[in-house]
Amino acid sequence: MNEHLTIYPIIVHLITAVLLLFFWKKPKIQRYISILGSTVGIVIAGMLFHRVWENGILSIQLGNWEAPFGISMVADTLAVTLIVLTNIVSFALSIYSTENMVSSRIKFGYYAIFHFLIMGLSGAFLTGDLFNLYVWFEVIIISSFVLLTIGGRKIQIEGAVKYFTLNMISSIIFLTGIAMVYGATGSLNMAELSRIIPEIENKGLMQTISLIFFIGFGVKSGVFPLYFWLPASYHTPPAAVSALFAGLLTKVGIYAMLRVFTLIFPLGETNQIILMIIAGLTMFFGGIGALVQKNILRVFSYLIICHIGFMVGGLSIFTQVAIVGAVMYMFHDIIVKATLYMMGGIMFRIFGNTKMEKMGGLMDNYPKLSFLFAIPLFALVGIPPLSGFWPKISLFSASYTANEIAMLVMFIFASLITLIIIAKVWNNVFSQNPESIETKSSFKYFKDFNFAEKAAYVVPVVLLVGVTLYYSFFAEHFQLIATRIGEELMNTEHYYNAVFNINEKTKL
Amino acid sequence: MEILLAIMTGILYAAGIYLILRRSLVKLIIGIVILGNGVNLLIFLMGGLVKGNPPLIPADGKMLEGVFADPVPQALILTAIVISFGLQSFAIVLIKRAYKVLKTDDIDTMNKTDDIK
Amino acid sequence: MKSLILKTVSTTLLPLLILFSVFVLLRGHYLPGGGFIGGLIAAIAFILHAFANGLDQTRKLIRIHPGFLIPVGLAIAILSALAPVIFTGDPAMTGLWYEKDIAILGKIGSALFFDTGVYLVVIGVCLTIIFTISESV
Repeated sequence: MNEHLTIYPIIVHLITAVLLLFFWKKPKIQRYISILGSTVGIVIAGMLFHRVWENGILSIQLGNWEAPFGISMVADTLAVTLIVLTNIVSFALSIYSTENMVSSRIKFGYYAIFHFLIMGLSGAFLTGDLFNLYVWFEVIIISSFVLLTIGGRKIQIEGAVKYFTLNMISSIIFLTGIAMVYGATGSLNMAELSRIIPEIENKGLMQTISLIFFIGFGVKSGVFPLYFWLPASYHTPPAAVSALFAGLLTKVGIYAMLRVFTLIFPLGETNQIILMIIAGLTMFFGGIGALVQKNILRVFSYLIICHIGFMVGGLSIFTQVAIVGAVMYMFHDIIVKATLYMMGGIMFRIFGNTKMEKMGGLMDNYPKLSFLFAIPLFALVGIPPLSGFWPKISLFSASYTANEIAMLVMFIFASLITLIIIAKVWNNVFSQNPESIETKSSFKYFKDFNFAEKAAYVVPVVLLVGVTLYYSFFAEHFQLIATRIGEELMNTEHYYNAVFNINEKTKL
Repeated sequence: MEILLAIMTGILYAAGIYLILRRSLVKLIIGIVILGNGVNLLIFLMGGLVKGNPPLIPADGKMLEGVFADPVPQALILTAIVISFGLQSFAIVLIKRAYKVLKTDDIDTMNKTDDIK
Repeated sequence: MKSLILKTVSTTLLPLLILFSVFVLLRGHYLPGGGFIGGLIAAIAFILHAFANGLDQTRKLIRIHPGFLIPVGLAIAILSALAPVIFTGDPAMTGLWYEKDIAILGKIGSALFFDTGVYLVVIGVCLTIIFTISESV
C-alpha cells in the first residue's frame, strides 16, 4: 500500500486538470478548483516526503511489470524534495494567477494546462525510465507552449516561435540519445543502465552518447551556447507563467543532468572538464548579459542563465560536497526565481511597464513592499544569512578542496556580478525617482486595486519569501536533506536496490 | 538492409537540419518534421532488424524461443509519433498565427524580443 | 467545394467508418488496432463529412463541442488506470480482467476501458485541432 503514494503527486494534478476541463467556461470555479488541487498537492507531497525520509527510497512498477521490463517510478530524496518545492510554487502561483490572469485567458484553459505542466514536472522527477523521462519532458513542453502563447500578443507569438524551435530540437537530440542507448544496451531502465553501462567496452561511444544527452538537457536548462531562446521568450507571457517557467522549467533540465550524470553516465575526466568550461562560460555570459539589459524582466532572465552555471559547476566538480552544494543551490533558486518574476508582475502593475528607466521611487511610495522585495533580491546575491549564502559556502569549499581554482574564481565572479546587477536594479527601481512617469488611462494600476486584488498579488510573494526565510534561518534542515541526496546520488546502489526491490538492511 | 536504413537516417537528419537553417518559418517546421522522422527511423534501426518472427509466446510455451523481433522500439516509435503529431499540429497553428500577427515568415526579421530596450 | 459525389458518399461512409473505428478499438488487445487508431479513424469520418458538407453541418451533427470529449475520455482513462489501486491494491495500470468471455466483445478488462478513454480523447483532440485550423482560414 505504501508504494502507491509514489505516483499520487502526478495523479492529483491530473485529476485537477481534468476537473478544470469540465468547467471550461467558468473561470470563477476554475480558480477555486486550482487552489484546492494545489493544496491537496502540497499535502500529498509532504506525506510522500515524510515517507521517503523515514523509510528510504520508494519505488513502484507501473502495471505490475517487473523492474527492467515495465516502467518504474522511483521516489528518492532528490525527487521528493523537488516535488515538495514544485507544489509550494504551484500553490503560490494558483493564488497569484487569480488576479494576474484575466478571465479570457482562463477560458482558453490556462488553469488546466497549468496543472498539466505541474503533472509533467512531477512525472519527470519521479520516473525511473529514460524514455518515460522523454515523454514527461514532452508533456512539459507542450503545456509550456500553450501557456506561452495564451493571449496571443504579438511579442508572445514571436517569443514562442524561438522557444518552440529550440525546445523541439532539444527533444529530438534527447530522443536520438535514447535511441543510441537502447541500441548499445537494450535497456531503458535507469537503474539497470547504471549496471550495464560501466561494463560496455566501447567507452568512446558512451562518451559520445553522454554528450548528446548533455546537449539535449543543456538546451532545456539554458547553458552557455544554447540559452538564446530563454531571454527571448521568458519576459513575453504574463508574470504568473514567467514565474512558473523561471522557477521550475530550467531546473528540470538540471535535475535530468544530475540524474543522468550520476546514475547512468558518471562523469569522467573529459566530461568534467567540458562541463566545467561550459559552467564557467554560462556564468560569465549570463552575468554580462544581465548587466546591459534595460528591461527588468530580461535582467531576471539573464540572471537565471547566470545561476544555472552554479548548478552545472557544482555537478562538474563531482565530489559529494559539490553535489550537495549544487542541489542546495537548486532548492534556493527554484523559490527565489519564481518570486522574482512574481515581483516583476507587481512592479508592472505599479509602474505600467517593465523598463528600468521608467521605474523608480518604489521605496518612497511602497515602503512595506520594498522591504518584502528586498529579501529575495538579497537572497539571490547571497548576503548572509539569507538563502543564497549557504549553498555558495558548499560550492566554494568543494571547488577549493577539489583544487578547481578556476571554478572557484568563476563562482566568485558570478556572485560579484550578481551583486552589481542587484545594486543596479535597486538603484533604478527602488531609490531613484524617474524623470517623468507617464500614466496610461486604460491601464489598471496597483494603487487602484481593491484589497482582495492586492492580496492576491502580494500573499503568494509573502508565502514564497517565507519559504526563503525558512531556508535562510533553518539552513541546517536543507543541509541535512541535501547531504542525504548527495549520498544517494553518489552511491547508485541505493537507487538500484530500491528499483529491484532488494532489501537494504542498513538504513541511511 | 541495415546499411540502407542507416544511410536513409543520415539523409533525413541532413535534410532536416538543412531546412531548419533556412530563413522561412514553413521550411523550419518541415525541417523539424523530417528530423523527427529521422529519429523514429533511428530507434527502429537500433532495435535490430529481424525477419518475420513476431514476439509472441506460443500458447503452450513459457518463453520466447529463437530469434524474434524486439517489440520495445515499436512501442517507443508509436509514442514518439503520437507526441510529434500533437507538437506538429501545434506548430502549424503557431506559424499560421505568427504569419498573421507579424506579417512575415522571414525568421531574420523576428528580432523584436531580443532588443535591448 | 461542393461535389455531389463526395457529399453522397460521405453521408454513407460516416456511419460505416464509425462502426469500423469501434471494431478496430475492440480488436486492439490481441490484434493490430486499439484506441488511438480507432479514434483517428472516427475523427477522419467526421473530417470527411466536414469536407463534403461544410463545417457547420458537421457541428450540427455532433451537437456537443468536440473539446468536451477530452475530459470525458481522460476521466475514463484515469479511472481505469486507478481501478487496480482501488479494488485489488496492485500498482496503477495493472490489468484487471473479468473471468468469463462476453459475446462479441470477448474478454473484458480495465485495458479496454483505458483504450476507450484514449479513443474519446483522440477524437476530441483531432476534431478540435481541425475545427480550429479550418475556422481561422
